[in-house]
Amino acid sequence: MPRLDFDKDQLRERALFVRRDIIALLARSQSGHSGGPLSSADFGTVLFFHEMNVDPSRLDDPARDLWHFSIGHVTPVIYALMGERGYFPLRDLLGFRQFQGHLQGHPSKHDTPGIEVSSGSLGQGLSVSCGMALGSRMDGNPRRVYCVMGDGEQQEGQIWEAAMFAAHYKLDHLCGVIDYNRKQIDGDVQDVMGIAPLADKWRAFGWHVVTCDGHDVASVLSAFEEARSTKGKPSVILAKTVMGKGVSYMEDDYRWHGVPPNAEQAEKALAELGTTLEAWTKRLESHTAPAVAPSANGANVANGPNGGRRP
Amino acid sequence: MSGTAPAAPRPAAAPTLAKPEMKRTREGFGHGLVELGERDPRVVVLVGDLTGSTNVNFFGERFPDRFIQVGIAEQNMMCVAAGLAAVGKIPFLATYGAFASCRSADQMRVTVAYTNLPVKIGGAHGGISVGPDGATHQAMEEIAIVRSIPNMRMIVPCDYWETRKATVAAAGDAHPYYIRFGREPVPVVTDADTPFTIGRANVLREGSDLAILACGVMVYEALVAAAELATRGIEARVLNLHTLKPLDHAAIERAARECGAIVTAEEHQVHGGLGGAVAEVVVSTHPVPMELVAVRDRFGRSGKQEELMAAFGIKSPDVIQAAERVLSRKRAR
Repeated sequence: MPRLDFDKDQLRERALFVRRDIIALLARSQSGHSGGPLSSADFGTVLFFHEMNVDPSRLDDPARDLWHFSIGHVTPVIYALMGERGYFPLRDLLGFRQFQGHLQGHPSKHDTPGIEVSSGSLGQGLSVSCGMALGSRMDGNPRRVYCVMGDGEQQEGQIWEAAMFAAHYKLDHLCGVIDYNRKQIDGDVQDVMGIAPLADKWRAFGWHVVTCDGHDVASVLSAFEEARSTKGKPSVILAKTVMGKGVSYMEDDYRWHGVPPNAEQAEKALAELGTTLEAWTKRLESHTAPAVAPSANGANVANGPNGGRRP
Repeated sequence: MSGTAPAAPRPAAAPTLAKPEMKRTREGFGHGLVELGERDPRVVVLVGDLTGSTNVNFFGERFPDRFIQVGIAEQNMMCVAAGLAAVGKIPFLATYGAFASCRSADQMRVTVAYTNLPVKIGGAHGGISVGPDGATHQAMEEIAIVRSIPNMRMIVPCDYWETRKATVAAAGDAHPYYIRFGREPVPVVTDADTPFTIGRANVLREGSDLAILACGVMVYEALVAAAELATRGIEARVLNLHTLKPLDHAAIERAARECGAIVTAEEHQVHGGLGGAVAEVVVSTHPVPMELVAVRDRFGRSGKQEELMAAFGIKSPDVIQAAERVLSRKRAR
């Protein structure tokens, strides 16, 4: 199942699962980031369950699209997406940040199969994605390369070195996605170090800029579509999001950037997300083999009509 | 060449020392890349606006489709190389060592080394011998920085031929490499047939009164010093320790055990350089007196190659003085 073609309802449901996974794994690890992972959950789900051609059972598939999270600290959403998509059993999420587990605090290629390049020091991922895109083009490989960045990360100078590079080499199969949640560790991005007008900056660097509602599945789908059909220049999607989206007491509060919910807070969050800590942890524990995790009605969507493949 | 059995020591002939052939190590890098380009289509070269200075122009003219100009953006270059490696290329990047080792150190550590990608870093203009450009461009900290990063490999070749061989050999290993070479012509002390194996020191001169362990341009200075010491009845073993990581532990231990005194010689800061690396092995195997010839914790300055090396205490007379000191400590034991 290289490319899943989830419809909008399936994508919304899967994004909800991803949010529940994030809370449940953070409740277990008691260490890690809450805010950014929740703001990335919706566009991340569209990326993994609709947009990208990836096959977790064939990690070296030369036809695969490449994805790279330059914001390494959002591992809770990265791992939730990987687990739901079948890179490893969801049960492994409960070992997040644990010495015995294979899910490091920041993505590590050698610990977690499926991670293409380790990341964690901000500002470097777009450059890595540029290299992947250029190397693929040199080989005549038509794959696309996706790079997820943060809005606070735009303060890193290297981002703009890479922006210049991608436009210079006309890497139109490279798609940047910025989780524009307007928060960073020390507060509002605009107060810490303003990045506006961000769209104008990317345009000035020679990129095609698409703005979307990063929580609206339809809006994200059309943004990816627009990026894919743009030729001659790289595209960047400014996905407008809310930090902590989906958990009322975390939403739009920068203090939730880098801390996990305690047991009581996790219970409250999961109640808002329509489940309980016990029930959702049980679901994770019961998923012991890597496969696309079942839908709410018990069906494995990938094995449904069309085998989940895009026609 | 890499992979061949170690051959018998090849002592450099005395006449060569008096009036050596002079050749640029950076040309060895450039010619090695061309050799690789012909052999392996995966080899690509990136440069940060220093095409002629690093002699990657040889490769660029020959293989323009595999030559990537990155502009003045070393941090980007390091990570673009990582991305290229991630999709199966063997990328060599070239810039001045001062920038390769310091400006993009975080990128080398996190993206390249932590992922253990086969990025090959060509650090040109290493050492004080860069000359007139002065302190900012005289890289003298690369060994300390690169050696401390897990997964990294590091070679400091001694001359044109060894730089060429090191470049070719590095492409054949899956680890990230840092190859340090210089700007000015330096004495040629090996030839096309001298064996080169990553991680295996070459004995250039036999002796058992003391051992001089050197890398880079200091290998020649060590040979000159050893020849002078021989006229005083002191036989020094000279080891070319071209690979800083992985170090040839066996050769170092053997030198300590059989010679009983060690002098190290490098064109690098004394802190964290070849001397320290050798000492790490010596103290944990066969402790003997050591003296370190290196730059003494100071920045460089403008000047001619020869006068700078003398002023910074890294010419053959400095090696001879260090030998005398270490021998008196050996005798006093």
